[in-house]
Amino acid sequence: MFSRDRWLEIFDSIKKNKLRTFLSGFTVALGILIFVVLFGFGNGLDNTFDKFFKDDAINTMWIRSGRTSKPFMGYKANRLIEFDNEDLDDITSRFAFYIEGITPRISESGDVGYKLKSNNYSIRGVGPSHQKNEMTIMMQGRYINGLDVKNKERNVVIGRLVKQDLFGDEDAIGKFVSGGGRSWKVIGVYQDDGGDNEERIVYTPYTTLQLIQKNTDKLGQIIISYKPEIGYGGAVAFEKQLKKYLKQKKFIDPTDPRGVFIRSAASDLKENDQFKSALSSIILFVGIGTLLAGIIGISNIMVFVVKERTKELGIRKAIGATPGSIIGMILQEAIFITSISGYVGLIAGIGILKLVGNTLEEDYYITDPYVDLNTAIFATFLLIIFGAFAGYIPAKRAAKIKPIEALTDK
Amino acid sequence: MIKIKNLHKSYKMGSNTLHVLKGINFEVEEGELVAIMGSSGSGKSTLLNILGMLDLLDEGTYDLDEVPIKNLDEKKAANYRNKFLGFVFQSFNLINYKTALENVTLPLYYQGVKRKEREASALEYLDQVGLKQWAGHLPSELSGGQKQRVAIARALASKPKVLLADEPTGALDSKTSQEVMALIQAINKNGKTILIVTHEEDIAKMCSRIVRLKDGVIMEDKKNEMINAI
Repeated sequence: MFSRDRWLEIFDSIKKNKLRTFLSGFTVALGILIFVVLFGFGNGLDNTFDKFFKDDAINTMWIRSGRTSKPFMGYKANRLIEFDNEDLDDITSRFAFYIEGITPRISESGDVGYKLKSNNYSIRGVGPSHQKNEMTIMMQGRYINGLDVKNKERNVVIGRLVKQDLFGDEDAIGKFVSGGGRSWKVIGVYQDDGGDNEERIVYTPYTTLQLIQKNTDKLGQIIISYKPEIGYGGAVAFEKQLKKYLKQKKFIDPTDPRGVFIRSAASDLKENDQFKSALSSIILFVGIGTLLAGIIGISNIMVFVVKERTKELGIRKAIGATPGSIIGMILQEAIFITSISGYVGLIAGIGILKLVGNTLEEDYYITDPYVDLNTAIFATFLLIIFGAFAGYIPAKRAAKIKPIEALTDK
Repeated sequence: MIKIKNLHKSYKMGSNTLHVLKGINFEVEEGELVAIMGSSGSGKSTLLNILGMLDLLDEGTYDLDEVPIKNLDEKKAANYRNKFLGFVFQSFNLINYKTALENVTLPLYYQGVKRKEREASALEYLDQVGLKQWAGHLPSELSGGQKQRVAIARALASKPKVLLADEPTGALDSKTSQEVMALIQAINKNGKTILIVTHEEDIAKMCSRIVRLKDGVIMEDKKNEMINAI
């Protein structure tokens, strides 16, 4: 294995049989390349999926209201249900056992300006626990707090891109922006992994927004984060009780599917998990399929290579090569070529993934395609071993063949 | 040099057994140039294969240079072939991607001779067959006669006790055949024991002894007045 002469002999054979070397090397390189790229893309899909669904906290419930579809207790159908501050307090006290945080979300949109720059943004009136629900990350300053809500402060927390639009490089904290004919104090800048749109939102205390809207007490939607300890079963039970309670409170027919809507991440999560495991199986299937095709490819080439060399091997045997040295030579050559080209394929595949990067994110939902290096190296080894194995069987047969048989085949 | 006693060999062909060699007794002295003649099916190639340790005998004994050749496994056979025997084939059997010189060094490679030494030695043998200036050429750039001479140089390179030639002139025209035979005779004159399998009467007459095989037995074994090639 480590004899210099053996290596020289092998290099000689590799150098002077370029087509053969190229064929076996190319098969392995291509196999690994395709494996790495496909597997990487698969992981990229997975990443996109995670990004879509993992942005919001998973222990979250969204409560929305709408119009009823059935008459009930003297009320007509098609009545508009709206939540108000009282509902918020009632839910908070009644379901304290389940609730970790609760916040309304009043959605508006409006022009926000600073100095000469102005832009239209989504404006949300929220409470402090909204930060956790949206997994908002503070870059500077602070989020809306309880005192802001209580005192109906005209404070705003702006997204990274809002800050960029209006302030550029200028520091925004403590500055005043204009909106709705009033001025608002910027108390924080945040970032959010949910994408650009999530960073073009302006948050303000919901009480302040209510005050401006003719001192209403309407809330829009209510977002609850429940205690993770209650588990999936607890969340489902909580959702059921909450729905029943709200329908009672708002005089909605218990059989009315409309009026109050609750979406819970717990039920979403189950579906998402199923989808994700299906996605993972597809990726695994593609990976195994590619590897299998690679293994079959390299096996074919090895059989062909040994077949082509039968005569040469016969000559070598006639002039004194032992069967062991014949097998050793073929295997060493095969392993050498497959290792080198496997490595080349690996590097090329990783290079392609790096090159592609996030260019496919928009159209093909592939984010940060990557391959776990261990997986890739394992795949390369698998191909090398199977290449050697596929070479070993015909090599053994070739080494066994009587030289005279190999040679008289004219 | 070679002693064969009561050699039997048969091949199984399905349910039939083909008895190819039926009790051959045969001795070759050192320095002889022996022609083994016979029509196809006479068993001459089988005999050569057994002599060349490319095939095993069923019955009888075979001594080569007083070494009993028996219980051969593949590895032992390979070592003996490498040490005792040089082969020359009808179709030359040079490795086509190796130059003349590299082909001649190959038996030395399997003997474990160092690279520089084996190249120097191989060059000497190429010189002996008159092809020193062709050392760097590939077989495809050589004529038939030249290829056979490279093959002879290769067979000699391992310093074998016996040279076995299977129809060495079978693929050559008569003029080139004469040249190759002249070379073989010259090597023989230097003391090398050589066995040639042939079906050509002309070639046989250039040997010092002619053994005729028919149906697996020796029909005739006589000394011959060697005719010089060319």
